[in-house]
Amino acid sequence: MFEYAPAPESRSVVDIKPTYGLFVDGRFVDPTDGGSFKSINPASEEVLAEVAEAGAQDVDRAVRAARTAYEQVWGPMPGRDRAKYLFRIARIIQERSRELAVLESLDNGKPIKESRDVDLPLVAAHFFYYAGWADKLPYAGFGPDPRPVGVAAQVIPWNFPLLMLAWKIAPALAAGNTVVLKPAETTPLTALLFAEICQQAELPAGVVNIVTGAGETGRALVEHPGVDKVAFTGSTEVGRAIARAVAGTRKRLTLELGGKAANIVFDDAPVDQAVEGIVNGIFFNQGHVCCAGSRLLVQENVADRVLESLKRRMAQLRVGDPLDKNTDIGAINSAAQLARIRELSDAGSAEGAERWSPPCELPERGFWFAPTIFTGVTQAHRIAREEIFGPVLSVLTFRTPAEAVEKANNTPYGLSAGIWTDKGSRILWMADRLRAGVVWANTFNKFDPTSPFGGYKESGYGREGGRHGLEGYLSV
Amino acid sequence: MTATATSARSDLSELGRSETALRTFLHGLPGVDQVGAEQRAAQLGTRSIKTSAKAQAIDLAIRMVDLTTLEGADTPGKVRALAAKALRPDPADPSCPHVGAVCVYPAMVPYVAEVLRGSGVHLASVATAFPSGQAPLEIKLADTRAAVEAGADEIDMVINRGAFLAGRYAEVYDEIVATKQACRDAHLKVILETGELATYDNVRRASWLAMLAGGDFIKTSTGKVPVAATLPVTLVMLEAVRDFRAATGRQVGVKPAGGIKTTKDAIKYLVMVNETVGADWLDPDWFRFGASSLLNDLLMQRTKLTTGVYPGPDYFTLD
Repeated sequence: MFEYAPAPESRSVVDIKPTYGLFVDGRFVDPTDGGSFKSINPASEEVLAEVAEAGAQDVDRAVRAARTAYEQVWGPMPGRDRAKYLFRIARIIQERSRELAVLESLDNGKPIKESRDVDLPLVAAHFFYYAGWADKLPYAGFGPDPRPVGVAAQVIPWNFPLLMLAWKIAPALAAGNTVVLKPAETTPLTALLFAEICQQAELPAGVVNIVTGAGETGRALVEHPGVDKVAFTGSTEVGRAIARAVAGTRKRLTLELGGKAANIVFDDAPVDQAVEGIVNGIFFNQGHVCCAGSRLLVQENVADRVLESLKRRMAQLRVGDPLDKNTDIGAINSAAQLARIRELSDAGSAEGAERWSPPCELPERGFWFAPTIFTGVTQAHRIAREEIFGPVLSVLTFRTPAEAVEKANNTPYGLSAGIWTDKGSRILWMADRLRAGVVWANTFNKFDPTSPFGGYKESGYGREGGRHGLEGYLSV
Repeated sequence: MTATATSARSDLSELGRSETALRTFLHGLPGVDQVGAEQRAAQLGTRSIKTSAKAQAIDLAIRMVDLTTLEGADTPGKVRALAAKALRPDPADPSCPHVGAVCVYPAMVPYVAEVLRGSGVHLASVATAFPSGQAPLEIKLADTRAAVEAGADEIDMVINRGAFLAGRYAEVYDEIVATKQACRDAHLKVILETGELATYDNVRRASWLAMLAGGDFIKTSTGKVPVAATLPVTLVMLEAVRDFRAATGRQVGVKPAGGIKTTKDAIKYLVMVNETVGADWLDPDWFRFGASSLLNDLLMQRTKLTTGVYPGPDYFTLD
């Protein structure tokens, strides 16, 4: 046997402070009412830092700072000068990427190989990409002189803390807006390190403000009358509440919400690569991915063979310490999320689906869930309809391409889909009919700053990434 | 399960009798997506193998080396020295294992055989008009018989790439079957020369063809064309031996050859074996490296792990 010795990435590259304030107007400040909460390492339940909780007054202070910076500095600044700051931020992110990756894995629970090889390269790439747009906005296709919107309120989730920050902040700043961003309450630390990077880049005060807190802080932010634009990524439930809150106001809104993507495998698919794609589709980032391929639709005549390969491959997945460089699946982000995954998985068993996980030893402390597949799932099962947001795959079968389309589309969501076949014509035929914002062909979970991303139906509206991602931040 | 496996076994043995059956079977194998295969190989290459795992991997890799010299300038003196090195790769450290085999041209086999006799190190000889394979079949078979008679217990043959690329699968198949017979008790390694087959679909088909015809090992390359062993090609071949065993019950070995020069590279291959086909193949009987300069790098890293310092290159023998 060939056992891999522990290969831990060093924690010493990152210096976590015991407490963090709010980042308002270019400085770290204490919250007005002195509230705070703890951010923990989900792999060990160890407290990493105490973080300020922003109340309504703090949010107000941040929005005012953003407004002043927008009117006096950032809005009037020529695009080529805004670009300089964004390029500078992008370069600092690259220089400090190891530090940021370790902190992301500590706070979020995701394996270091993903934060190092996926999250951080994409974060830097987003800033580089939108830096390039800052002085070329008249050529983005939104008229000869598109203007910024003003102050953007941005609320982001915990699954890709720094990457979601980049998706929100980079286009907003490139277009000339200023921002108040609220990171998720379980993963605030990389956003606060990003605030330090803004200081290091000498970004003018008030252009980026970070207010930490939970739902109440988020509500205060999106409901603040001084906000011109709201951008939210998170659950469909909260997205609905935000849409109600901004209805009837002048605020513009983009939402990137849940998903229940179909990963569709035809009988002529390259089997070994399709299995890799299935694994990457659902077990990447512990399945905490809004566009995860959480429903496997496999053609019935190859289902047994594909499942056999899939199970063999799943037995190779290494679950454990997120900082070990050989870990494939890290910790579930929070006790609450673990409870939800357990509840839906139990419902899957109770409704008669067959549950399977590879033999897999889970650590005692922290929040863990073994990679799991359910076979014999039908469209009527809860696990085929509700977003689990965990490492749980529901396997369904189909007989014909038309049936595959019908089943794939038979969900209130429409964020992404995957197609696996050797036939180019079938890929195009399917892509025309799938109601999903992103359709991957013979691959899955591929992201690039130049490519727009967003949903159909209850997966939200508006696009992030690419030229399209500028639209939400421009008066067009 | 047993019933299906048995019937599959007999079905597959019939394939070689008809060009049509062989073609239908080989073209019915699942395709390989180039991007996906290369991505998977690259991912496996990021595994971090440290301390005890690294020590274990280095010793295993040394035992898997087919220490090779295939030059027009090879002489009895040169190959004797190489054989001596195969027996005691690190004269300063008796705990260092010997390599898997020595691999030479047929004319050099008798000289190597004298040195290796009774040592447990195998003696491999290339044959069948290596490296091009462009000779009449009778000559290729005579080449093989001569090598076996001179003492080789492993034969590395080349397939007829011209026939394969022209779609004459039965011809390739028949040549392998004939060479296998000429080998008698010697193990047959079938060199696909994947650099000339170009696509992963071809690599998968050639792998199955070689296994169906009775090859004991499938080997990537001669080392004589610009593109030799790569991780993705080896991945596709490993998937083929895995699927072949599932279908027939017979285990076939894999040998990447050419271009593997560093310990880091060798460890990437071992990780790939471990995570694609598992522990059953992590043995010199089932996985080999065709290499020459790799050995000294393995020895240097081995000494670094035991002593904590890198000795200079002059502390390792150049043979």
